[in-house]
Amino acid sequence: MIDVAIVGGGVVGCMIARKLSRYQLKVVLVEKEDDVASGTSKANSAVIHAGYDAKPGTLKAKLNVQGNPLYDEICRELDVPFKRIGSLVVALNEEEVNVLEELMERGKNNGVPNLEIINREKLLEMEPNITSESRAALYAPTAGIICPYELTIALAENACLNGVDIKLNSPVIGIRAESGGGLSVETPGEIIHTRYVINAAGLFADEISRMAGAEDYSITPRKGEYLIFDRRFGDIVNRVIFPSPTKISKGILVCPTVDGNFFIGPNSNDVREKDDVSVTLQGIEEIVRGARKLIPRLPLMHVIASFAGLRAVSNTNDFVIGASKKVRGFINIGGIQSPGLSAAPAITEMVVDILKEEGLELKEKSNYNPGRPQINKFRLFNNEEKKELIRRDPVYGRVVCRCETVTEGEIIDAIRRPLGARSLDAVKRRTRAGMGRCQGGFCSPRVMAILARELGIDPLEVTKCGSGSEMLKGRTKEFIETGGVKSAK
Amino acid sequence: MQNRELVIIGGGPAGLSAAVEARKLGIKDVLVIDRESEPGGILKQCIHTGFGLHIFNEELTGPEYAERFIEEAERLGVEIMLDTMVLELTADRRLVAINSREGLVEIKAKTVILAMGCRERTRGAINIPGFRPAGVFTAGTAQRFVNIEGYMPGRKIVILGSGDIGLIMARRLTLEGAEVQCVVEIMPYSNGLIRNVVQCLEDYDIPLLLKHTVVNIHGRKRVEGVTIAEVDDDMKPVMETARFVSCDTLLLSVGLIPENELSRMTNIEIDEVTGGPVVNQRLETSLPGIFACGNVLHVHDLVDYVTQEAVLAARGAALYLASGSKKYEHIPVVTGDNLRYVLPQRINVDAVLEGKVNFFMRSVRPMAKAELFIESEWGVIKSRTLRHVRPSEMISIQVSRDEMIGSEIIKFRLQEEGGRVEHGN
Ligand SMILES: Cc1cc2nc3c(=O)[nH]c(=O)nc-3n(C[C@H](O)[C@H](O)[C@H](O)COP(=O)(O)OP(=O)(O)OC[C@H]3O[C@@H](n4cnc5c(N)ncnc54)[C@H](O)[C@@H]3O)c2cc1C
Ligand SMILES: Cc1cc2nc3c(=O)[nH]c(=O)nc-3n(C[C@H](O)[C@H](O)[C@H](O)COP(=O)(O)OP(=O)(O)OC[C@H]3O[C@@H](n4cnc5c(N)ncnc54)[C@H](O)[C@@H]3O)c2cc1C
Repeated sequence: MIDVAIVGGGVVGCMIARKLSRYQLKVVLVEKEDDVASGTSKANSAVIHAGYDAKPGTLKAKLNVQGNPLYDEICRELDVPFKRIGSLVVALNEEEVNVLEELMERGKNNGVPNLEIINREKLLEMEPNITSESRAALYAPTAGIICPYELTIALAENACLNGVDIKLNSPVIGIRAESGGGLSVETPGEIIHTRYVINAAGLFADEISRMAGAEDYSITPRKGEYLIFDRRFGDIVNRVIFPSPTKISKGILVCPTVDGNFFIGPNSNDVREKDDVSVTLQGIEEIVRGARKLIPRLPLMHVIASFAGLRAVSNTNDFVIGASKKVRGFINIGGIQSPGLSAAPAITEMVVDILKEEGLELKEKSNYNPGRPQINKFRLFNNEEKKELIRRDPVYGRVVCRCETVTEGEIIDAIRRPLGARSLDAVKRRTRAGMGRCQGGFCSPRVMAILARELGIDPLEVTKCGSGSEMLKGRTKEFIETGGVKSAK
Repeated sequence: MQNRELVIIGGGPAGLSAAVEARKLGIKDVLVIDRESEPGGILKQCIHTGFGLHIFNEELTGPEYAERFIEEAERLGVEIMLDTMVLELTADRRLVAINSREGLVEIKAKTVILAMGCRERTRGAINIPGFRPAGVFTAGTAQRFVNIEGYMPGRKIVILGSGDIGLIMARRLTLEGAEVQCVVEIMPYSNGLIRNVVQCLEDYDIPLLLKHTVVNIHGRKRVEGVTIAEVDDDMKPVMETARFVSCDTLLLSVGLIPENELSRMTNIEIDEVTGGPVVNQRLETSLPGIFACGNVLHVHDLVDYVTQEAVLAARGAALYLASGSKKYEHIPVVTGDNLRYVLPQRINVDAVLEGKVNFFMRSVRPMAKAELFIESEWGVIKSRTLRHVRPSEMISIQVSRDEMIGSEIIKFRLQEEGGRVEHGN
């Protein structure tokens, strides 16, 4: 019998898994995709918000403000880059200056420290590329940026090291309360018997709740699209730059990434399907228009990729967190839309308290390890460190991804680590190979060869992101035998 | 720290030709560095013929063309350091490179020739909407899979962009038994060489849809199809014309970008139009002792031109080694009407080698007939009638020193003769 089964390997599920791994418990995490961080946690704005945005009294507001300061320690323990660069909400007219005042008031109510409204001169000094039409800005020094999938993977690696059983490619297809107490969680491969189920299934949390016969609520997917730019232009802004918010969204921002790129986005449009992460022409136009209001001169020729993420908006428009009143041992964490990433550490604390109230006994392990095996990020090393690394292990002397300077050593490590990569995207999220300006044009055949070799599989079996996304269709000559050759006239 | 006379970064046709010429000119210490395990650059995967028509009067394959220079380089004692990636270059010509054998290598070079080639433009650069499934490749990546690794990236294929690599892959994949549905080109004319349009598409009945583009990619895990639509004169898709084309693969052949990350590190002056360094008649960049040639300088359609250019860069390097850094007064070379760029971007007429300069340029659009004018402040110094001018085919013209002497400025412009043509083929 398992103590806790977590459904969903997003940032919320993985952070809870890691937290529970410090106690003497049997914990399983099931994720339907071939890697953790495959849902909303891989495609969002990556901002650890200060917390002035959400309405006072909501869970969103409370957990955001509580979650933000917890990031320093988590990132230190896991060696995940986190930069508290601060955020600016920019007002372009008098009306918007009033909005800043309101936001500041709200922020103070929520408990956000050190908020300040700065004037135009100060703003232009801090952000020289910002529009000259700006009037003032709300400065929140506690806002930060992070790489959300690196964080999620680090959490999962740590949980894995501390004994959590992470089952990938395992969609939950049934949950039932068992007569003798406890619950059974069904995946295509097996049935897991567990005392508690934590539903952290993101966009699908409503369906999981319904499946278990627990509370009925609904989640609507709300799309946000992004454009990400070449690292060469990474210093166009120094902080997270927001426009003045409207009733429905925080608006389209211009934001640096921890890896030195910058992006623009997201817009905000409800969509029908929970897996519709397609990017649209209108969407691209919309975010370019929006971002230009803040930064008039955008290097649009140097976009390297576009992507979209889906917010999980619940019908209450707030996080839905709590133990089910209908199904004993079932705990919902639904509607975790923005600022869900920022709030994740506080959501985790809250869920641990709920588990305690529901009767789970938490005894600390003596051998809990808060970290994870070191990653040699070659591109960040100085020449002496590079020299030493190659001397110790010559595979670090071979560059595989030229845009991001990722070496073969790093790719092998990504495959062999706890919760090792099994697909191109999984390698990419762990090493950045393929994330640069040529987007894998050069390195993808090379990474595929390393994956095939390390996993002992045929190159034809190598996937982009799990079964059904095989990269290649066959060997040369194979189609000629089956298809017939077209010859020149 | 190693001390070297001449370090060439990149062992493609540009780097190899430069190395051969440098040895012939008597430079003893010539080092070529390439990150691949074999020299030859992009030619290794170009197994079709059509290389060397100008230089050898023969139709060679890419590997054959490369082989001639590899053998020559070896015979002449050029040192080639393979599996080695140059990570850093400074303005005073210090390099950092790494490989598995020696680890991190630091080199101080008296002269450097940049010959890093180019990379392909990707989906992101042209913002194709839709999902992000497996099955979207650049044509060059697909070429590597088929010609070097022996794998087929897809079975039912749509190609976006009619650049040469795309055209060649349309034929190659067809011969391998794949179905190439169509080649979709946003411009009203093809971006590839005419001979490739004829030999790779027309001969195989593969439709070329001009003034069309891909407006959506379908499929969550693997490409299931694309939506294509006609574009209007502002290149905006006309959605009423949109239609679905079923396929499992989308190949992109949408342009090449000179690979100047190392050059940018040195703060070399870059021409935003060519994407490569600004050079003078010796192909010397804005940094003394650093030269550039081949696709890193500007994108070439013919490898023969690359070799010619590399020879010039090697001569520049040899002169630099012989006479040291000399400050030149340059006059500007101006790109006038109907031209996208002219190279070199500046010259010192007195220091012109062999009494003449080879100018390379590209037109902005196809023309059936045009007059190329070369002017100085005194007026027209030379003109030439050109037929079938196309942006995809580089124009090259020699101007002698005598024709330019005394000028303060050299300007190139192209004037269309007769009616304007929309379709180049
Ligand atoms: C456009 C956008 C911008 C955002 N910006 C920010 C921001 O700047 N700051 C911030 O704090 N927050 C932001 N957020 C919100 C933040 O991204 C989310 O709150 C957070 O990622 C939610 O994490 P999660 O673990 O709940 O969900 P997810 O990451 O979606 O994880 C859920 C997991 O459950 C899995 N799953 C689903 N169904 C099943 C099943 N049946 N069986 C097994 N597994 C299943 C999924 O595959 C998925 O991996 C943004 C969100 C969006 C969309
Ligand atoms: C599909 C295709 C078809 C073509 N068809 C023809 C044809 O029929 N006829 C014709 O004449 N021409 C053709 N061409 C054009 C011609 O091949 C190219 O113009 C020519 O190969 C360019 O040579 P290059 O040396 O500048 O670049 P490349 O061949 O790209 O060589 C650059 C080299 O530099 C190395 N390098 C780059 N950066 C570093 C670094 N930091 N450290 C170490 N090494 C580095 C690379 O690994 C590479 O080996 C074709 C091109 C293609 C792609």
